Amino acid sequence: MTVRTSLLGTALAAATLSMGALPALADGHSTAACLITKTDTNPFFVKMKEGATAKAGELGITLKSYAGKVDGDHESQVAAIETCIADGAKGILLTASDTKAIVPAVEQAREAGILVIALDTPLEPIDSADATFATDNFKAGELIGAWAAAKLGDEAANAKIGMLDLAVSQPSVGVLRDQGFLQGFGIDLGDPNKWGDETDDRIVGNDVTAGNEEGGRKAMENLLAIDPFINVVYTINEPAAAGAYEALKAVGRESDVLIVSVDGGCPGVANVKDGVIGATSQQYPLLMASLGIEAIAAWAADGTKPAPTPGLDFFDTGVNLVTDQAVDGVESIDVAEGMDRCWG
Amino acid sequence: MSDPNADQSFEAGLSGSATDVAQFEEKKGPIERFQHLLHVAPWMIPLIVLVASVIIFGIALGSKFFAPFTLTLILQQVAIVGVVGAAQSLVILTAGIDLSVGAIMVLSSVVMGQFTFRYGIPAPISILCGFGVGALCGFISGFLVARVKLPPFIVTLGMWQIILASNFLYSANETIRSQDIEANAPLLQFFGNSIRIPLPGGTAVLTYGVIVMVLLVIVLNYVLTSTAWGRHLYAVGDDPDAAELSGVKVKKMLISVYVLSGLICALAGWVLIGRIGSVSPTSGQFANIESITAVVIGGISLFGGRGSIMGMLFGALIVGVFSLGLRMVGTDPQWTYLLIGVLIIAAVAVDQWIRKVST
Repeated sequence: MTVRTSLLGTALAAATLSMGALPALADGHSTAACLITKTDTNPFFVKMKEGATAKAGELGITLKSYAGKVDGDHESQVAAIETCIADGAKGILLTASDTKAIVPAVEQAREAGILVIALDTPLEPIDSADATFATDNFKAGELIGAWAAAKLGDEAANAKIGMLDLAVSQPSVGVLRDQGFLQGFGIDLGDPNKWGDETDDRIVGNDVTAGNEEGGRKAMENLLAIDPFINVVYTINEPAAAGAYEALKAVGRESDVLIVSVDGGCPGVANVKDGVIGATSQQYPLLMASLGIEAIAAWAADGTKPAPTPGLDFFDTGVNLVTDQAVDGVESIDVAEGMDRCWG
Repeated sequence: MSDPNADQSFEAGLSGSATDVAQFEEKKGPIERFQHLLHVAPWMIPLIVLVASVIIFGIALGSKFFAPFTLTLILQQVAIVGVVGAAQSLVILTAGIDLSVGAIMVLSSVVMGQFTFRYGIPAPISILCGFGVGALCGFISGFLVARVKLPPFIVTLGMWQIILASNFLYSANETIRSQDIEANAPLLQFFGNSIRIPLPGGTAVLTYGVIVMVLLVIVLNYVLTSTAWGRHLYAVGDDPDAAELSGVKVKKMLISVYVLSGLICALAGWVLIGRIGSVSPTSGQFANIESITAVVIGGISLFGGRGSIMGMLFGALIVGVFSLGLRMVGTDPQWTYLLIGVLIIAAVAVDQWIRKVST
């Protein structure tokens, strides 16, 4: 009998779902949650999924994961949110590809009573999500900027800086890291909401890398063609830094250029160890995801929403500067500790 | 016999009229002549555009652009697209299209890297395995196109997804670091080595990747114009039925083209490792579109059977010159894409115009 009713219930629920009715009926025994990432190929998101899956298993939450095909694949993410609404999920963890365009879909989910938490990438406006668990990307940039300036000492006044950014569409994560770096280095920002409008002569130029080796190499070559004497290179992430290093090696300048980066992935930290990258700001995707799942569990249990870090409009999951060449005035952890905590 | 014309005095009126055999009137003005020239040598336009764009950027940017370093840098930046474009050219000449070229390239490079580092197989054998994977991917596409008669667009659209997914599943998107490759399997980075030629105004840097791209295009150009296989390829692309009736084994021909294309993509994968130093499964996302762009701007007809692989190389170089030139001028990168879009449409419009010419 019980088997038959539950079967009937499932069939009914499936039928109501297919008619587009509210999914509350489908909610049976366990809490369901969704993880929607930009891609399922970037090790950062692979680690995020790992953290979410482990925590979900621990708390008895059913987790479904979705991802765009490539970074910037907005449509797949909207479809994923719609699927989660139809699926009767209690919460969605989202790293948005298009932080503005995703907002209507997110509102739709929240109206359906779903807790939406932005991971890693804040939505625009940031309060479109119930909460944001992220790295303070501006601070991540500031740390490497301050480190680079301290490392150069007096020479910082004559630095020639190449900026290897993410994409021409200027997603917020790229802008925050770029502007943080410049501020940390001691360069006056123009509009802090966009990169490339600074007037300081020390900046040779900005180019975009798509955050991978191939793009990093090409962008570095382009900047070297503009000025072959670049001696400080900011990179959006460590794969771009590895590509930039290859370009510098090709012209025999790898040993006299300071490369800084953000991420803290294991190959990136290994590159800090080998001196390819001078310093990198490490972030913690696994923590973001497991905290996110805990928040969904709390929301499902008694409707409490996570609170942001005091003084910020998001929950800061922390960032550390990883380098073996510590400088005065900038807190850092060494490569060994960075290796222990690296991802990917 | 009496004079047969005796009673046909009415023909007397013909005397003095034209006695030539009927023929078409030839009106070859300069435009027709140019059209005919392009029909015979479709690589002319891209060459003209290439030379013109180099001159224009040279004037605008001066010695910075005309430096040996900058000009050879453009070659380095188009090496991958040039090699993949060679594979794409072969397929497009058969009136097909290959959307999976970039995916084959990346999968081959991942196989070369992972076989060496995950299983400890000696690098030369891993590289051969990479070529094997490239050939296999090409064979599957070729078989589906030639034997199962599926349209190339659909087959390679599917293969693109399948190969890319296999690439990510197999590699777990793990990057193999440049420093590890350098220490343990430097052969993988072979095409990253370079010849440096000191010249007045700077050093010209020719990587082995650039050299292999140029050699590949020269060899393929010879094969396509001067061997039976090459002429058959054009025949199949122009009119497969006529080619079949003339004794060309069209199906075998098509399969061999896709296999060769897969092998060239694997070569591109090896060149890719040389260029970026590491083995990165996220590379080459847009190699298919970039190679089709090079082929189209290079004047190879998407309808098959006409065009020169030299044109593809010029097409790739045009894109390279515009990308770097506009970056050095300091424009927003979007202008590069806009201009390349204009070039693509212009190139196809010219192709349609040439098609109207009589041979």
